[in-house]
Amino acid sequence: MTPAPIAIRVEHLTRRFGAFTAVDDVSFDVKRGEVFGFLGSNGAGKSTTIRMLCGLLRPTSGQADVGGIDVSLDPEGVKRRIGYMSQRFSLYELLTVDQNIRFYGGLYGLSGDRLARRRRFALEMAGLVGREDVLSRTLSGGWRQRLALGCALLHEPPILFLDEPTGGVDPVSRRDFWRLIDDLAQAGTTVLVTTHYLDEAERCDRVAIIHGGRIAAMGPTRELKQALAAREPQDDPDVLPTLEDVFIDVVTRAATVTTSGSAA
Amino acid sequence: MIGRVLTLMWKEFLELRQDPRLAGIILVAPVLQLTMLGYAATTDVHDVPIVVVDGDRSPQSRELLERFTASPYFEVVDEFLRPDEVDPSLASGRAWLGVIVPLGFGDALQGQGPASARAIQVLADGTDSNSSGVALAYASGLVSEFNAALVAEQVLVGGGGAPGGINGSVRVWYNPELVSKDFMVPGVLALLLLLITSNMSSMAIVRERELGTLEQLHVTPLGRLELILGKLLPYAVVGFVDVLLVMAVAVFWFEVPLLGSPVLLLAASAVYLLCTLGLGLFISTISSTQQQAMMTSTFFFLVPMIYLSGFIFPIENMPIVIQWVTTIIPLRYYLVIVRAIFLKGVGFHLLWPQFAAMGAWGVTVLALAALRSHKTE
Repeated sequence: MTPAPIAIRVEHLTRRFGAFTAVDDVSFDVKRGEVFGFLGSNGAGKSTTIRMLCGLLRPTSGQADVGGIDVSLDPEGVKRRIGYMSQRFSLYELLTVDQNIRFYGGLYGLSGDRLARRRRFALEMAGLVGREDVLSRTLSGGWRQRLALGCALLHEPPILFLDEPTGGVDPVSRRDFWRLIDDLAQAGTTVLVTTHYLDEAERCDRVAIIHGGRIAAMGPTRELKQALAAREPQDDPDVLPTLEDVFIDVVTRAATVTTSGSAA
Repeated sequence: MIGRVLTLMWKEFLELRQDPRLAGIILVAPVLQLTMLGYAATTDVHDVPIVVVDGDRSPQSRELLERFTASPYFEVVDEFLRPDEVDPSLASGRAWLGVIVPLGFGDALQGQGPASARAIQVLADGTDSNSSGVALAYASGLVSEFNAALVAEQVLVGGGGAPGGINGSVRVWYNPELVSKDFMVPGVLALLLLLITSNMSSMAIVRERELGTLEQLHVTPLGRLELILGKLLPYAVVGFVDVLLVMAVAVFWFEVPLLGSPVLLLAASAVYLLCTLGLGLFISTISSTQQQAMMTSTFFFLVPMIYLSGFIFPIENMPIVIQWVTTIIPLRYYLVIVRAIFLKGVGFHLLWPQFAAMGAWGVTVLALAALRSHKTE
């Protein structure tokens, strides 16, 4: 089996805001069709990284190629190839479901048959067929989330960025949402998702645990658990540690390193 | 490019239509404000309440005071016997002026008794210096008329030739009846356009920043010029609707004469809108919330602009340094244009400097706004 081509390549990416380093020398690759999770607490640097990859923020140093395009050199080129959805589910509340779809479709230059086809796709995916003329502000969290995802996918982007996509959404909607993500990945879409929910991280092919702007651990969740089990023998050798154990271990060790580093 | 701008414009109009508060600001507020300001913002003085003291009770004193009673500018609210009774009326604000004719007035006019009795006394409440000044001018006018009649009479009686002195023949042009409404109403048009369009456009981008949709727009292929055009054009349309609305009210309701070309007025409004919309957009780029945008535009731009534009206080009376400051205020130029077109019927050949100043201002502020609105931070 030949290895899947690389969709996102990040090398030594750094972003500073004045004296504060939000993202500190981060490197990773994401393969095509992979669901890659960014796990970390608030302020760890997840959103800053994703916003640099979308061309919303300029990197201070380092390099990032998204879909084969350098984000520093051609942020607009990147924007045409990606879909982006943030935790704010950026819909226009005073517009109806259908008007939101048509608006984003128009911005991506969709018209005629293609617009009709993608509009149907978005409505079906969001489960909003028959509710096209409802004002989007009257939709509850789960519907809004799926409609926002539908709008972000109208132009069929090969790479999808999701920044805390399940904030304020009920558990059932979250589960449905992740089924959609799996379907997209099956169809070849590369997904980079940030989250601070451990159960969501479990559903990713690989995760990067990010802490203090640095990647503290990276790999498939099963491998991360096995690594921890190998290093620190568990009470019951047949049961792997949980991802929560891994996260706490990684973050604690990263904090110790930082403290001893600054003391030196 | 055009498709994306049209898409954004379509979206803006949909939002305008959905927000009844915005419709109120666009359609109801201008008519309401113009009507109120058209009636209230007047410097005309009439029916000034006065009290009179006729200390002489002669035919001459009665004739003089009769002129005050008959004048539309004054209303005699009380007559007193003693001069010291005038004080409380002025203090309480019941009367603005007190006119006191001294004992011996009639005799003095006929050359008998002390000559000092020829002087009548006018006391004025100077709290509102402007209105009192106007009222005093009316009062001296009446006294002069009385004087002139007196002199003419004496000349006739004396049988001599024409009396000496100068006869000024004063004619007022452009607003012959000196109706302040004709001066104010076109000014209100300028003011309303500034308030409505710059406020609305200052909300336009910052509202999306607050909602988080601006970031979503920034990951689409929508360019920053397209964003600016798509945001400006809907409010330019709104501005033109307001220009037509306010012009109609001014001409048909307030009967302000529109002597010049309405087309030139619309052209001037287009250039002016470039300034007001550009200003709003610029404020939008330096604010992170709608509230901030509102405060910034009101306190740092709109209010100082209105004070220094010549809308209320004549620029010629300002200290020279402040006069320099007024040259960077687009409202100043538009006021000159609007008043000149309405009342003087002046054409472009005299107004082009104002057009040029506004045009330069508009292009500059739009360029600043464009430079500040980065898609990538």
